[in-house]
Amino acid sequence: MSASPITGVGVGRGAVVGPVARAHPVPRVPADAPSPADPAAAADGVTAVFAEVADTLQSRAEAATGTLSEVLSATALMARDAALSGQAAAKVREGMAPSLAVAQVAGQFIEMFTAAGGYMAERATDLASVRDRVIARLEGLPEPGVPALSRPSVVVAEDLSPADTAVLDLANVLGIVIEKGGPTSHTAIIAGQLGLPCVVRATEAAGLKDGDVVAVDAAHGTVIVDPDEDVRAAVEARRAALAELATDTGDGATSDSHGVQLLANIGTAEDAERLTDAAVQGVGLFRTEVLFLDAQTAPTEDDQAAVYARALSALGGRKVVIRTLDAGADKPLAFVTQPGEENPALGVRGYRLVRAAPELLTTQLAAIARAQATTGGTPWVMAPMIATVSEAADFADAARAAGIATVGVMVEVPAIALRARDVLAEVDFVSIGTNDLAQYTMATDRLRGELVDLLDMWQPALLDLVSATAEAGVELGKPVGVCGESAADPVMALVLTGVGVTSLSMSPAAVPGVRFALRAHTLARCQEMAAAARAARTAPEARAAALALVDAHVRAVLALD
Amino acid sequence: MAERTVAVGSKVGLHARPAMLFTQAVAASGASVTIARPGGAPVDASSILFVMGLGVKNGEEVVLAGEDEKVLDELVAMLATDLDAE
Repeated sequence: MSASPITGVGVGRGAVVGPVARAHPVPRVPADAPSPADPAAAADGVTAVFAEVADTLQSRAEAATGTLSEVLSATALMARDAALSGQAAAKVREGMAPSLAVAQVAGQFIEMFTAAGGYMAERATDLASVRDRVIARLEGLPEPGVPALSRPSVVVAEDLSPADTAVLDLANVLGIVIEKGGPTSHTAIIAGQLGLPCVVRATEAAGLKDGDVVAVDAAHGTVIVDPDEDVRAAVEARRAALAELATDTGDGATSDSHGVQLLANIGTAEDAERLTDAAVQGVGLFRTEVLFLDAQTAPTEDDQAAVYARALSALGGRKVVIRTLDAGADKPLAFVTQPGEENPALGVRGYRLVRAAPELLTTQLAAIARAQATTGGTPWVMAPMIATVSEAADFADAARAAGIATVGVMVEVPAIALRARDVLAEVDFVSIGTNDLAQYTMATDRLRGELVDLLDMWQPALLDLVSATAEAGVELGKPVGVCGESAADPVMALVLTGVGVTSLSMSPAAVPGVRFALRAHTLARCQEMAAAARAARTAPEARAAALALVDAHVRAVLALD
Repeated sequence: MAERTVAVGSKVGLHARPAMLFTQAVAASGASVTIARPGGAPVDASSILFVMGLGVKNGEEVVLAGEDEKVLDELVAMLATDLDAE
C-alpha cells in the first residue's frame, strides 16, 4: 500500500520509477564559528581541501566534453589558485575558523568580480561554487549541487540553477522533482526539452532522501514514495504507450485531414542539429538570445550568420521561424540591459531595444539574410514584444529591406491581440507567445511559482485573446502560430486548432502526444471543444468542458484527466 | 628584478581562456612573476583570480616583473598574441 502521493505541477506526460538522488543545498557558515585548537594543522587542512576540490573538478572536466568541460576546468583552476587558498590558510593560521576564512577570502574576490560586471560577474558564480564545495568538505557536509550520478536516478532538489542543470549527467537522469519553481521556470523548460518527466512545486519532496524509490508522474503532477505493483505497472504502461506514439512521424493533421504544423522550439544551432532526424515539420521558435547571453559584447554579423546557417542547414528545407533578440527582463544582457529598471518586464526589452541600440537589430537581420543566401533556406523572421501596429510595420519594413521574404511578429502583449487584424495587414504571420501573453494579461510575474493558477492558459480572458488573434488570421488567410508551452498540452492543442491556429510549436518531446491527439479528432470536434471552453467562466471549468469532448482512448493513453 | 611592458593582444582582454592559458604558463615556468597595470600594485601572475581581477582589456598595457628574463620574454610573446584565436 503506497502512502498518499506528494503533489506538485507536472511538466510533460511521462512517468518513471527510480531511486532518489538529492541535490544538496549550499552550506551556511556561522559567523561565530570557534577558532581552531591547532591553527597550523587547520591551515594545512584548508590547503589540502582546496587541492582535493580542484582535483575532483579537474577529473570531472576531463570526463566531460565541450563547454561543460571548459567551465569545469576554469572552476578547477580557481580552486587551485595560490592566492585564494594561500590567503585563506593565512587567516586560519592567525586563528580564524577554516570555513569562515574561506568564506571571507572568496567573498572578497567575488565582490571584486561582481563589481567589475559583465564577464567577470559571471565568473563570480564559478568562484562561489568553489567556495561552497570547499566549505562543505571542511564541515563534513555532502557536496552542494547535483551529485555525480552512479545509476539512473530521479534528481530531487529544492531548486536547480541553470548551472546545476548544465552539469546534470543526463544519461543517468530519469526524472526531476523540485520543491520550488513553476511550470515555466528554467528547470521545467529544460526537462520538457529533454523529454524528462518532471514535477515542480512539490513542496513535500523536501522529505525525500537519497535512495528512496519514487514514481514520478508528470501527467498527474504526483510523486509516489515506495510505489506498489499497481503504480509500477501503470508507469510501465504509460512509458510503452508514449514510446508507441513516437513511431508516428507524419505531419500534424486532424482525422479529417485539416493540417496543423507541428514544430519545435529551439535555442541553439546544436538544438537544430538534434532535430535533423526528428519527426517535426520545422522550427516554430528559434530563440536567438542564447547566442547573446554569454557574450560580453554583441556577437558580430559573421558569428551570427554562421550560427543561423548551421540551423538552416540542419533543418534542410523545413520551415524555420527565427525570433530576433528578446533580451531584457529575466534575460539581461551585459552590453545592452539598462541598469536600474524598476519594472524590467515592462521596460526596454524585446523589440523595444531598437530604441536604445538599433544596430543590434540591423546586424541581426543582415546576418539572417546572409545565412539565407549561403544556405538557400528561406527563414521566417519575427520580432518579440510588439505592442503597436506601428512597431509591427516598422519591423516589417526593416526586415524586408534586409531581404527577408516572410516577416511576422509575436503576440505577447494583449494590446496587439486585440488589434490582430491591423497587425496582420502589415505582416505575413503572427505567433502567439502564450507564456508572456499570460503574464501580461493576468498582470502576473511568470517566475512567481505561487501565482501559477493565474497563469493558467485556460483562463477565459486568455482564450479570448488567442481566439481573437486566430480569427483575424483565418479572415485574412494568414498563418497564426502558437509557440508557448501551452501548445504542448494535448487538450489545449485541440482547442487551439479549433479556434483556427495553424501551427503549434513546442519542445520536441511533446510533439508525439499532440500529434496523436490531433489524429483522433475532426476539425469540427476541435471547434466544438473551443466553443465549450470559451463558454466557461473559470479556467478549471474551461479545461473540463474541453476535456469532456476528448476521445476516451486518447484520454487513457495520454493520462488526461 | 627585470621588467617588461606589453600590450594585451587577446580580443577579449586578459579574461577567460587567455587568462587561464597565461596563468598556467606562469605556474608551469616555476618562476616567481608579478603582473601589474602601469603604476599599479603588482599581483601574483600565477593567480587567475588576481590576473582576471586586473580587468585588462584588449590593447591595454601590463607590466611583468620577475628574476628570470627568459621566462619574462616568453610570457611577453604570449600576451602579445590573441590567445583566443588558437
